[in-house]
Amino acid sequence: MAGGEGALKLLGMWASPYVTRAKLALHIKGLRYENVEEDLGNKSELFLISNPVHKTVPVLIHNGKPICESSVIVQYIEDAFADVGPSLLPTDPYERAIARFWAAYVEDKLANQWVRVLRDKTDEERAEAMRQTLAAVEVLEVGLKECSGGKGAFFGGDRVGYIDVLLGGMVSWVKANEPLFGIKLIDAAKTPLLAAWMESFCELDVAKAVLQDVNEVVEYAKAVQARMAAAAANN
Amino acid sequence: MSETAVKLIGFFDSPFAHRAEVALRLKGVPYELVLEKDLGNKSELLLKHNPIHKKVPVLLHGDKAICESLLIVEYVDEAFDGPPLLPADPFDRADARFWARFLDDKCSTPFWLALWTEGEAQKGFAKEIQESLKLLEAQLKGKRFFGGDDLGFLDIAACGFAHWLSVFEEVAGVTLVTPQEFPDLCRWGKEYTSHEIVKQCLPDRATLLAHFSAKKDYFVSTVKSMAPN
Repeated sequence: MAGGEGALKLLGMWASPYVTRAKLALHIKGLRYENVEEDLGNKSELFLISNPVHKTVPVLIHNGKPICESSVIVQYIEDAFADVGPSLLPTDPYERAIARFWAAYVEDKLANQWVRVLRDKTDEERAEAMRQTLAAVEVLEVGLKECSGGKGAFFGGDRVGYIDVLLGGMVSWVKANEPLFGIKLIDAAKTPLLAAWMESFCELDVAKAVLQDVNEVVEYAKAVQARMAAAAANN
Repeated sequence: MSETAVKLIGFFDSPFAHRAEVALRLKGVPYELVLEKDLGNKSELLLKHNPIHKKVPVLLHGDKAICESLLIVEYVDEAFDGPPLLPADPFDRADARFWARFLDDKCSTPFWLALWTEGEAQKGFAKEIQESLKLLEAQLKGKRFFGGDDLGFLDIAACGFAHWLSVFEEVAGVTLVTPQEFPDLCRWGKEYTSHEIVKQCLPDRATLLAHFSAKKDYFVSTVKSMAPN
C-alpha cells in the first residue's frame, strides 16, 4: 500500500460537486480521511500553500503532498491505492481509454457548460449554456450505453467506476437544476438510461453517505446568484 | 503484445496529432499515418471513428478507435511495451496530469486570444498567458525535460509551446515568450524539437509558417466568438 490511511486529508467545501467526487472515490475505496471544510471567503494557509495555482477545492493531501483537480485526484486515489478496495478503472488499456474519453466528456462538455448556467452574466449566455449542457446530456446517454455494455446501470457496468464518480459528484446539483432553472437536466423521457443510472446511484450506501441534500444545494445556489446579482448591480 | 495494425489519422499542422505520433515513435510502435487533406472537408474514416468530436488525431488499433490526443498518449503507454511515458510514482503521475490539464484548460484559450486580439484586451491576454507559462516553466526545475532526463507525458503535452509557439508569434506579429524572460522554457523548447525521435515527426517550420500565414484572417475571425470565462 502506498501510505497509511491516517495520512489522508481532504480540503473541501460541502456544496462543491468537485469535492463530492473526491469523497465518493475515497468512500468507494474504503479509505479513511480527515475532512477539512474550507471557508472560501477566507482561505486557510494550508489551502493556499497546497493549491497555489488554482486556489480551488478539492485538494487531497496524502503524506503531506497535495494533489489538485478533482479528476486528477480520483485517478491518484486509483493509482496510489491500487491494492485497496475496488478498482475505479478497468484493467484493459482500451476499456480504460473509453472510460477516460467519457470522463473527459463529462468534464469538458457537460460540467464546464453547466457551470456557465450559474456564472455567465447575461440571460442569453446562460440560455446558450443550458442548451449546450442539455445537448451534452443526450450524447452522454450514448456513452452510458457504450460503457455499461448492458451489464448494469452504471458506466462501470454492474459496479461504479471512474465516470460514475465524476458524474455522481454532480448528482445533487443535477437534481437542483429543476428547482433552480425549471428544467430537468436528466429527464427519463429523453435519457432513460441516465435517469435509471441516477436512481441506482442514489441507492448506493456511498451516495447516501456523501451526497449533499438537494434543498441545501438549491439554497446555496440561490445565495450565490443573489451575491452575483448584487455585484453586477454595483458595477 | 499485439501485432494488430496501428493507424493514426492526423493533419500535418496539428500539435495534437503530433502528440499522438511522438508517443507511438517513443514506444517504437510501427504505424501507418493517414493525413487528412482538408479539415474543412473531413474524411469518412475520421467521421466514422470520431463521430462525437470529429477531430484529429484518432488512433486506430485493429478495430479499436481511440480519440483525444492525451488519451491516445496514455493508451499507447499502457497498450504497448517500451519506455514509459508516464512516471511510475502515483504522485508524479498526478503532477504530470495536473499540468497537462493546466495547459489545455488554462493556456490554450488565452494563448489564442493573445495572438489575434488587439489593444488593451490583447495586453490582458498576453499577461495571462505569460503568467501561466511562468508557472509551467517552474515545473522544469533545472531538468532537461519535464519528464526528467528523457521525454515524458508533460513534454509531449506541451509540444505546442516548443514548436508551434514561435510560428504563431511570427504570423501574428506578437512576442509572448523571449529567452530573456523564459530562459528555461526556451531551452526546453530547443531540447524538445531537437530530440532525435521528436524531430522525425515535427512538421517543417517553413511549411507551417506559410500555411498559417495564409489562414491569418480566419484565425482573427475565430476570436470574435470566443468568450473567455
